[in-house]
Amino acid sequence: MAAITMLEGIRQAIFEEMDRDPAVVALGEDIGVYGGAFKVTEGLLARFGPERVIDTPISETAIVGAACGMGYLGLRPIVEMQFIDFIACCFNQVTNFAAKSHYRWGAPVPMVLRGPSGGGVHGGPFHSANPEMYFMHTPGLKIIYPSTAYDAKGLLKSAVRDNNPVLFFEHKYLYRRIKEEIPAEEYTVPIGKAAVRREGKDLTILSYAAMVHTCMEAAEMLAKEGIDVEVIDLRTLLPLDRDAILTSVKKTNKLLIVHEDTRTGGIAGEIAALVCEGAFEDLDGPIARVTSLDTPVPYSPPLEERFLPNAEKVAAAARDLAKY
Amino acid sequence: MHVANSVKETGTTAAKLTRAQYLDLYYYMQLNRQLEDRMVRLFRQNKIVGGLYSSLGQEAVSVGTAYALEAKDWLAPMIRNIGALLVKGFKPRDIFAQHMAKYTSPTFGKDGTSHFGDLKVHHTISPISMLGDLIPVMTGVAMAGRYLGQNIVALTWIGDGGSSTGAFHEGLNLAASQRAPFVLIVENNQWAYSTPVARQVPVKNLADRAVAYGITSKITDGNDVLAVYATTKEAVEECRAGHGPVLIEVKTHRMKGHAQHDPAEYVPKEMVEYWKARDPIARYEKFLTENKIWDAKTKSEIDAKIEALLDEDQKFAEESPLPPPELAEQGVYCDGCHTIEADWQRSKQELTPPNCSVDAIWEVKSFGSLDPDADAEMKAAAQTKRPQPSAGNGAPSVRLEKTAPKSPPKPAANPPAAKATAEEKDALETAAALRVPFGRGPKDRAFREERAQKEKNRRGKRGRR
Repeated sequence: MAAITMLEGIRQAIFEEMDRDPAVVALGEDIGVYGGAFKVTEGLLARFGPERVIDTPISETAIVGAACGMGYLGLRPIVEMQFIDFIACCFNQVTNFAAKSHYRWGAPVPMVLRGPSGGGVHGGPFHSANPEMYFMHTPGLKIIYPSTAYDAKGLLKSAVRDNNPVLFFEHKYLYRRIKEEIPAEEYTVPIGKAAVRREGKDLTILSYAAMVHTCMEAAEMLAKEGIDVEVIDLRTLLPLDRDAILTSVKKTNKLLIVHEDTRTGGIAGEIAALVCEGAFEDLDGPIARVTSLDTPVPYSPPLEERFLPNAEKVAAAARDLAKY
Repeated sequence: MHVANSVKETGTTAAKLTRAQYLDLYYYMQLNRQLEDRMVRLFRQNKIVGGLYSSLGQEAVSVGTAYALEAKDWLAPMIRNIGALLVKGFKPRDIFAQHMAKYTSPTFGKDGTSHFGDLKVHHTISPISMLGDLIPVMTGVAMAGRYLGQNIVALTWIGDGGSSTGAFHEGLNLAASQRAPFVLIVENNQWAYSTPVARQVPVKNLADRAVAYGITSKITDGNDVLAVYATTKEAVEECRAGHGPVLIEVKTHRMKGHAQHDPAEYVPKEMVEYWKARDPIARYEKFLTENKIWDAKTKSEIDAKIEALLDEDQKFAEESPLPPPELAEQGVYCDGCHTIEADWQRSKQELTPPNCSVDAIWEVKSFGSLDPDADAEMKAAAQTKRPQPSAGNGAPSVRLEKTAPKSPPKPAANPPAAKATAEEKDALETAAALRVPFGRGPKDRAFREERAQKEKNRRGKRGRR
């Protein structure tokens, strides 16, 4: 089996799910003939035709609304946001319509809302966002943010089969930069389960998406200095894998949380509270975090580099924490 | 091109209904009014937990529109469409219990008012409080129904106020571009909370907006239930025939405030008097009497039936328990508690590769220039370009139209002669279209293998001959 990129993993998941079940349809802007802004859906229209692969007007609210309606009739729409930043345009439809539907009146909305997210590619303030936390605070949604090609494929397949609205964030920096061999046979990855990327005993670094790779790089640097780091990849943000987080903290007794999202109101705060509730006695040091700055994502390379976490920043924070 | 159904015209459309149907319309309107009347009393007794929004004077809109739908069709009510819910088959007890936040309500007390629905039997989608969002949702319902071969129509309402939202525009534009079988009732009751319609919408008729979406529109008298019914029925039939969405503006008036707390002192008394004299139920009663469709005895029988039903259902709701507190924690996610299964009315095979596979090609029918010569140039270019050779990379010849969903016929608004011309013109344009194969062609192996296999089979057959 040849190694594939994360983009290819996502693409395969969409093709395989649409092959498996004619109730799965895709809609979004420029996903048909053009194959999507990042070519994730290239060849999809040719294979599945215009009834199943729908090029829409530039109307995020209408796209998500229509997907809700399709879901009520038993279809399983996969919606593409051309860039995940544009999800802000359909905020109401996602948070008030889709997310509350099952709780309010028992009507599930089986929908996947996926799109390229994240920075590091000099996309500027409107093409680099990590808007996951707007939705983390919305009961009824599930949020997936994978870091590997294997997970991206397996989790997307699970998302399509899930009965709830699932936001699936695809870090565009990882689209073509990572490659991985994946099994030839069918597989899925369960939603809501974190993965241990590296076992260690001195401290836990908790992260997700592109930052997992940054943390792994930092962990290698730290290993040479004698600091043995455990790296946990959350994979699913909502629902959070509380057990995996607490198990690792109870093992290493120290926790550093790293995310590319901005600092205030980022997921690190939520995890810190969760650890204080569930493993306070086990902590041997303060819960630390490395995050992006509390600013919009700046455009120019030196500004964005300053904005984003990197392996040096992660390693420095880990060294400080290891001293406790 | 509005089709204004005047009050006079209702006499002719009326002939199409059976006596039972005439009486049905009265039954539902009166049930709607009496139910809400009782809820006002309950509100004053503090038995309604949240707000109460009156549809007094608008009963003909809810009942006349919903009555034009078939059981398989879908609707999504707005806050003043209780009558439509009754027509769709919900019981007064559902509506009482919803407003009283009881455990026996369709949402078990999780939401109030008309915020409920039913996917399996009543084909009704619950609204949310944010206006306009139902328009894209019902567009999706209409698209899915067509996809599944169900031949359904989806219908929802929007107020004059709600017509100013972005979701209204996005949804209607999507419906129009998809030619979805979707009917939008713009219920112009003259008031968006306290703001008169003229202060929000600088057009004479809200139906005029349909022109901007390239869809059919109609205007009708919202206080004449037969006009509302006939106009909606016409629109539903057009939709079902594949002519694309229809917008119907119904002119009516909100006779109470936005909700119970609002005395609506901003509404001129003369305006209230004008519309009071056109009360939809009083008008319809007169129609039934003048046309000898009923007599006093029939009326009192129906009224008694309504009273008995409401007595029973109100009692049921009042005696129902409130939900157990622990229910608050349940049902955020669907964890298999509901099965999601589409009702397929067409062969899945049609939508399974390779049957659904096409060649990804854009058709360009116009250069889009103001210059009248541009079209001629475009056609000339198309002539020299045809027949379209397949691209060097094996990219395919045109197959999109063959497998594309059947392009629905143009709206039947034009007389037959004009229609034929339009079709001919369309055919000419199609012939002259420039076709651009796009991208590097299908990359996935399965697609290539299937294509190769098909080609092999074809050749094999030819060989045997």
